[in-house]
Amino acid sequence: MEYKLPWKDYNDALKKGKLLGLKCKDCGTVVANPKMVCRKCAGPNLDIVELSGKGSIKSFTTIFVAAEGRQNECPYTVVLVQLDEGPWTMGNLMDQEPAKLALDKVIGKRVKMMTKVFPGDKYTAGDQARPFFVFDN
Amino acid sequence: MVNAFTADNMGFFNVPANKYEGACASGSVATRDAFMLVAAGFYDTVMVGGVERAASMGTPMATRAFAMASDGHYEFPAGLTFPGVFALLAHLYASAYNIPMSRLKEQLGAVAVQGYKYGKLNEKAHLRKDVTLEQAMKSFVVASPLGLHDCCPFSDGAAAAIITTEENAKKLTKKPVYIIGAGQASSGPMASQQDYLPRIRARELSSQRAYAMAGIKPQDVNICELHDCFTIAGLIAAEGLGFFDYGKAGEAWEKGLTALGSKTQINLSGGLKSKGHPIGATGVGQVYEIVKQLRGEVEAGRIPENARIGMTDTLGGDGGTLCNLILQRGW
Repeated sequence: MEYKLPWKDYNDALKKGKLLGLKCKDCGTVVANPKMVCRKCAGPNLDIVELSGKGSIKSFTTIFVAAEGRQNECPYTVVLVQLDEGPWTMGNLMDQEPAKLALDKVIGKRVKMMTKVFPGDKYTAGDQARPFFVFDN
Repeated sequence: MVNAFTADNMGFFNVPANKYEGACASGSVATRDAFMLVAAGFYDTVMVGGVERAASMGTPMATRAFAMASDGHYEFPAGLTFPGVFALLAHLYASAYNIPMSRLKEQLGAVAVQGYKYGKLNEKAHLRKDVTLEQAMKSFVVASPLGLHDCCPFSDGAAAAIITTEENAKKLTKKPVYIIGAGQASSGPMASQQDYLPRIRARELSSQRAYAMAGIKPQDVNICELHDCFTIAGLIAAEGLGFFDYGKAGEAWEKGLTALGSKTQINLSGGLKSKGHPIGATGVGQVYEIVKQLRGEVEAGRIPENARIGMTDTLGGDGGTLCNLILQRGW
């Protein structure tokens, strides 16, 4: 079985602001965080697609106690976003004051994607890009 | 090599000794496999154990080490921690069941207060103290909306159990406890569980398999040690196991429907919140607790009455591994 969209290709594209995903040729489902098969039908016939990076927030949390190597980022907000193409992905929410975020003002909000790179440390194999989202008013 | 060295240290020279990895559920997965090996007739007796040394790591390193059980490529880069995983679930839960955050915080506080209450009586518990609802609700925020008293501690600990044939068990003890049901299921990383969250699909499958094997229903369970690594996780677990309707477990805790003397007595050990969460040992520790509770061999104030059937529930990672065991008194 072939890995259609390996992490390295995803990471390289995300660093350039492009969110790559996969679309199932059999059932049409779109997969955001790539895997070897379709997240719905487990079919291996997938095409690489560029996702819009637009969607809405399903959940969020502001983290005040971070992992070793990430403390300097505190406090920061993690969001689960449902992209307009269907799949959920995880990223950060920027341009908002983390301590002031309230449930009814965040969940359901429209967002658009930009990119931020964690430079990596002694526990990672190089840098790691991730989506960061801003409110799309 | 802790597995091989432990066997050697105890005088079980040269026996096979395996190590299991299922994050927080490792000990339960090992117990289930031991049960299957004995049930299959491959071995007569298997000792299953778990051990953890996390308290001495310090919070930043332990937070990082635990976060390695999440998706390293697609979710850790955002700075995800385990309190963060369950904080995301807490906001999802409030939103899915339309519970105002202020109400949910009260319900989560009730889970913490009950945990501390029984944990204080448990001589083997990690955190033995009185915590009021007000203190529980106002502790400093770790990952919004979860505060310190919503989170289990980083614990050291160990536990072991002997799994053997019915015939052997009757010779070894007057109070044998039978494993009458076992289930296990898996899921992918958090975002991949989008169709079910805040419900944990793997738990529902795992517990249904265990109930089917045991031939019982959730209502038949008298005592349960479930995975309240965070207070919200306790609510989600009690619902996924079928004890309460979705979105209603918080009210159940508040009404005392999980307390000593109720129909489904939950976490009389103090739970992961107070008894502690020594990751590698947690699953076997739950089995130990249920056995001791069934036998009435726990401290006064937390001895269940007429308990016949007990259950364990252990969640590994962010729902990646779920394992359930159903135990029945055999005397």
